[in-house]
Amino acid sequence: MSEASHWSIFINAALINNFVLAYFLGICPFFGVSAKLETAVRMGGAVSFVMLVASVCAYSINLLLEVINAPYLRIISYILVIASTVQLVEMLIRKLSPATFRAMGIYLPLITTNCAILGLALFQTNRGYGFTNAVVYALGAGAGFALALVLMAGVREKLDLANVPQLVKGTAAAFVVAGILSMSFMGFAGLGR
Amino acid sequence: MTGPVQQPPTSAWSMYRAIVGIGALCGLLIVTVYQTTAARIRENQERFLAMAVAQVLPAARSTLGVALTEDGRLEKTGEEFALPIFLGYDASGKLVGAVITAEGMGYQDKIRVLYAYSFDLDAIVGFKVLDSKETPGLGDRIEKEPHFLANFEKLDATLTPGGDSLLHPIVTVKQGQKINPWELDGITGATITSEAIGNILNNSATTWAPVLERNAQDFAIVELTEEP
Amino acid sequence: MLGKEVSATDDFVKGLWRENPVFVQVLGMCPALAVSNTAINALTMGLATTFVLIMSGMSVSALRNFIPREARIVSYICIIASFVTAVDYVIMAISLELHRSLGAFIALIVVNCLILGRAEAFASKNTVSRATLDALGMGAGFTVALLWIGVVREILGSNSLFGIALFPDAFQTWTVMVLPSGGFFAMAMWLLLVNWLKNRQTESQAQTQELTP
Repeated sequence: MSEASHWSIFINAALINNFVLAYFLGICPFFGVSAKLETAVRMGGAVSFVMLVASVCAYSINLLLEVINAPYLRIISYILVIASTVQLVEMLIRKLSPATFRAMGIYLPLITTNCAILGLALFQTNRGYGFTNAVVYALGAGAGFALALVLMAGVREKLDLANVPQLVKGTAAAFVVAGILSMSFMGFAGLGR
Repeated sequence: MTGPVQQPPTSAWSMYRAIVGIGALCGLLIVTVYQTTAARIRENQERFLAMAVAQVLPAARSTLGVALTEDGRLEKTGEEFALPIFLGYDASGKLVGAVITAEGMGYQDKIRVLYAYSFDLDAIVGFKVLDSKETPGLGDRIEKEPHFLANFEKLDATLTPGGDSLLHPIVTVKQGQKINPWELDGITGATITSEAIGNILNNSATTWAPVLERNAQDFAIVELTEEP
Repeated sequence: MLGKEVSATDDFVKGLWRENPVFVQVLGMCPALAVSNTAINALTMGLATTFVLIMSGMSVSALRNFIPREARIVSYICIIASFVTAVDYVIMAISLELHRSLGAFIALIVVNCLILGRAEAFASKNTVSRATLDALGMGAGFTVALLWIGVVREILGSNSLFGIALFPDAFQTWTVMVLPSGGFFAMAMWLLLVNWLKNRQTESQAQTQELTP
């Protein structure tokens, strides 16, 4: 993977293989908090930030696991570190900036069970990314997640004003919208070469 | 449900006891499963690779894993199926070819391929996609399209007289326009994917073919220890 | 739970339909969509998740008096992650090909909200036998739902079922169903059907109540 430029890794993670629309990672917050544009933007920001921190942590854990030759501890240590990171970030933000903490509110703890974070950690290990590549990958994945969330929220805000049959309203309509978004993201394939 | 009764705070001792206890139990479980399945997993991996080798280099009866040292020489790794490169020997122990894994960016994501290099023909003689996420029905035709796979009966990879690079770089051409033996007959409708395969093979062969040819003498014959 | 006596069969059956994790609670979406492009993948994923559900449900329920309240989430995550690691290795031992096609999604069972949700909401408050039945029911519901999505996607997208070709040359396959967007569409379709069935059920119930004064 040495020949792949940082730009192509970024584009790949953000657009071509968008975490939400191509890998279905982080679907729960995707449908849960995409009803309003404002919350979607905040959630996108929070997830991107945690992704970056988790990516760096996962990289160092993987180094450690390779040294002690214990690949079977990977899943359990990743999830524990991600859970602790989220807690730590939560405490830090509360201490440093109470205003931001209030604005992010319940979204921070929710991130622990966001499969996109664990997915990111596992994928970067599977692909054997080095440190800078891993960071770029995390940035791309975060940007892609935020983009998908914001797009979805924009569409759903408009959809609320439309005359939709009672039966289709709610989750089913959201899934159709997600399907169409996913299809349009397929058009990005071929960019990252 | 007893309602919102204030529960007494848990003692630190019972917290430690619970966390350490659960940690120990989980550790025990993971290590037991890992130990019991390790042999089967290794067996599966070897069978998978043996099958792949049989497909790309049918002449090989046994294999030898090698690795590149820093001064550009090949060295035995002792493992029978060491990726990314191993040498194949026929029934009499004579070197017939090398099996190499290579990867590169396709249309959607990384493509990983396995190919065989023949010392007699100076050509790529076998090809198999290990891993790809190309569009089903379009890009994944590189795995099934007969005219594309026919490229790998003998894809020329002759070295320059100096022996440090390919004489003709491997390139993908439009479907039906293949003239020279070093050209890949592409697939209409999967242009980018077939071009990606050409690039992957060219990059990999440019690196490996000179190394292989330089070291072929040292590994020409191998003492057969077992007959699979 | 619902203010009435719950029977053993109810513990099991509720997961299949009334509280179906996928179609009704919309939990555990990420594996449900990501690996349901063929029926066999869907089945394996469903069975693996069911196994983790049952084992973690049993352990959490058996240890419920041992785990203090403050340390419960971290303990549950630890237990679940261990069983997932075990499943990961067992599947690798059974078939590498299968493990390859499921990719990293086996590991992602850890963050399936369904499992942590059941551990927290049910297993930590009930006996081992009831927790097992509940996990069995939820797992069965999850597997069946995954299988339905997988069957639809495989028939339309690859014109086959469990890898066996169905109607040779009968129709042009809908490639979109195998692609990610097909997962969203298949899911939306099933949600619509479930909504419709539920609406009809409540309507007919309302009618019978009116007719029997």
